[in-house]
Amino acid sequence: MKFGTVPAPHWRGADDVAAMMRHVLYALVPAAAAYTYFFGPGLLVNVVIASAAALATEALALRLRGRGARLALSDGSAIVTAVLLAFCLPPLTPWWVTVCGSAFAIGVAKHLYGGLGFNLFNPAMAGYALLLVAFPGYLSFWLPPNVGDLDYRALTLAESATYTLTGTLPPGADLDAVTRATPLTVVKAELGQMHTLSEIVTDPVFGDFGGAGWEWIGNFVTLGGLWLLYRGIIRWQVPAAMLAGLMLPALLLYLTDAETHPSPLFHLYSGGALLGAFFIATDPVSSAITDRGRLVYGAGCGLLTFAVRTWGVFPDGVAVAVLLMNLLVPAIDHYTRPRPYGH
Amino acid sequence: MTSADLRSATTPWRYDPQPRRPGWGIHGATFKRVSRQAPIQVAPLPAVVTLCLRQGAVTAVPLVTTGERVDTGQPVAVAADGTQIHASVTGIVTGIGPHPVPGPEPGLAPCIVVRRDAPDRWHESCEPLPEPSRLDAADICRRIAAAGIVGLGGALFPTARKLAPGAPIRALLVNGVECEPWITCDEVLLRERAATVIAGARIAMHALGTAQAVIAVEGDMPEARVAVHDALQAAGDCGIGLAVVTAKYPAGGERQLIELLTGEEVPAGGLPRDIGYVVQNVGTLAAIAALFRSGEPLVSRIVTVTGSGVAAPGNVEARIGTPMRDLVDLAGGYRYPPTRLLMGGPMMGFALPDDDLAITKATNCIVAATAAEVAPPRPEMACIRCGECVQACPARLLPHELHAALRRGDTGLLGELALDACIECGCCDFVCPSQIPLTARFVAARRAASPGGEATP
Repeated sequence: MKFGTVPAPHWRGADDVAAMMRHVLYALVPAAAAYTYFFGPGLLVNVVIASAAALATEALALRLRGRGARLALSDGSAIVTAVLLAFCLPPLTPWWVTVCGSAFAIGVAKHLYGGLGFNLFNPAMAGYALLLVAFPGYLSFWLPPNVGDLDYRALTLAESATYTLTGTLPPGADLDAVTRATPLTVVKAELGQMHTLSEIVTDPVFGDFGGAGWEWIGNFVTLGGLWLLYRGIIRWQVPAAMLAGLMLPALLLYLTDAETHPSPLFHLYSGGALLGAFFIATDPVSSAITDRGRLVYGAGCGLLTFAVRTWGVFPDGVAVAVLLMNLLVPAIDHYTRPRPYGH
Repeated sequence: MTSADLRSATTPWRYDPQPRRPGWGIHGATFKRVSRQAPIQVAPLPAVVTLCLRQGAVTAVPLVTTGERVDTGQPVAVAADGTQIHASVTGIVTGIGPHPVPGPEPGLAPCIVVRRDAPDRWHESCEPLPEPSRLDAADICRRIAAAGIVGLGGALFPTARKLAPGAPIRALLVNGVECEPWITCDEVLLRERAATVIAGARIAMHALGTAQAVIAVEGDMPEARVAVHDALQAAGDCGIGLAVVTAKYPAGGERQLIELLTGEEVPAGGLPRDIGYVVQNVGTLAAIAALFRSGEPLVSRIVTVTGSGVAAPGNVEARIGTPMRDLVDLAGGYRYPPTRLLMGGPMMGFALPDDDLAITKATNCIVAATAAEVAPPRPEMACIRCGECVQACPARLLPHELHAALRRGDTGLLGELALDACIECGCCDFVCPSQIPLTARFVAARRAASPGGEATP
């Protein structure tokens, strides 16, 4: 009896890129649910717009590059980029802002560098950084969290989508009344005016440790992150090092003066710290690759996030930190090469 | 002073009887259950045997001519280093010439074909040997080479050369860590004939001039472990210890096993001997014991015949040169049409073009794999730098960077990235979510870098 011959190995594991990306999306579901509960359905609108723009850009880029589109479109990586970008945007972001960010992420940050696997920068963060520089105003339209004691006005999905697509709010609501600064922005602004933290945190946007509502979103992000760890999609080095890099300097300064420096838990539960640690900095393509390299990379992401939040002009620093560390990845990889067996 | 002097036979060595689970490698289904339970079955004598004259890098020269009568155990060919090849049945030499043989690539090699026409009549040279303790190392090695004993783990490296007098040896490491999925021939050997393996180990220790040895088995072969333990107790104080290694592929790779047991590494380009160790497969030691007990040269070996494509998987003791099809029939024949026939395990084994090839001394396992085990290849995608290959690599290489260097054609970087340390275990392929055939590309790059050069263990 005759058989076909192929080189060894003849056995392969089950996971493929598409499965990994699917798991990342599943892991974001709890956080998305919490996000929608606290900030309304705007996230879902943004996810749909960003994904559509990402897929369209990916298809166009593949076509221009003369590559087959079907396999690349079905790997799910563009959707993951789009969803992560959507998570960073305020619920009431105009559609064209989201489209710009998503198209830049896929078209420039990903495909101009050679497509999946070759991008130097995390595409979602590159897209977000572009929007932060180009349209800073639109990225500040955050809503107050749905925590009861705030004058929260719930927008329906239709109202949210209408605003995003047309810029029209329902009758009786105006933008100033609907939007509210995030806790990180409040802290940055108020500290700049020489207020103490004990005064600042009396603002109802603050919760027990961080921002009201943000704390719960953080918990659900962590839940998703732990599931990714359990499934072996990510490893612990980057999240652990990033959170340590963020919280240890925060703890040091907090211990020296708790009135001008927010607690490490505030840093943990505000802005994009947990999303960054579990979902953004862990992007395999743009992060370091060895265990030691990942510790260095994660710690750098955390430290830089802390530095931007504390001394920089932006309220949050995750995007800038991740992009800066992306720049260092080739150097980190070079200097953390393991010693080969017997060498 | 060389490293060998530093680590003389008197330097104490320590091994870890229960090494830590390695971070590298892969673990998953081992499929060993399907073949491990049945006792070793002795295959009926085949009607015809095809004896491959090429073993590893050397090719033996025939000592017989076509038409000549040969007895079982009669030397029919000899290699330059004295390693002989023996008739594995009694009959008539019907042909000497190129035949298809199992190997990494389908190809022809010189073979001697013997048609059996009688039950076994052992050749006159097959007489019990003197007590090994009264022989010196050179004499033992000469007899081992004459008996055709080579590394039965699959490498076929001449055992006599491994045992030959040379730099002082600290310990003999007995490799019963059969880490590839599906294969159970070493496990059943230990379970049924642990005392034989120990007897062989003692002969090897005597030849090597070391009083120390350790038998390493896998954590998932409890019966074999108990059998070895009991046999060691029965053997009394023989300086042989027992170590249990986590069942994780490729813990049984020679260099990996040394690192797990002793914490030491074989220097790049060197041999285990350079740091005072010799590693022998359990089957090889059993063959040495059989030689000194009865004078029988190596004319048979234990072969695992398994895979979901055969009806009754198990282990058979078969004469060298038996057609694989005979062994498949002995295992109940094909249950489902296999999609691939493997010699060795699914990680490092070869896909065979045909089941009428004859088994060689390297045939530890035949897997008739169906689509359930060897799924059709999925399309290759770009590397996403997930780093799983780095985690899995037992040689601590950066397979993704090697792959990128090969893509760029940057062969200069391959040396810096230590492609020479690759053991071709296939772990990087196994974990790669982008389905990149990394191992095959590395093998090809090494071939291109050293044409004709073949690695020796």
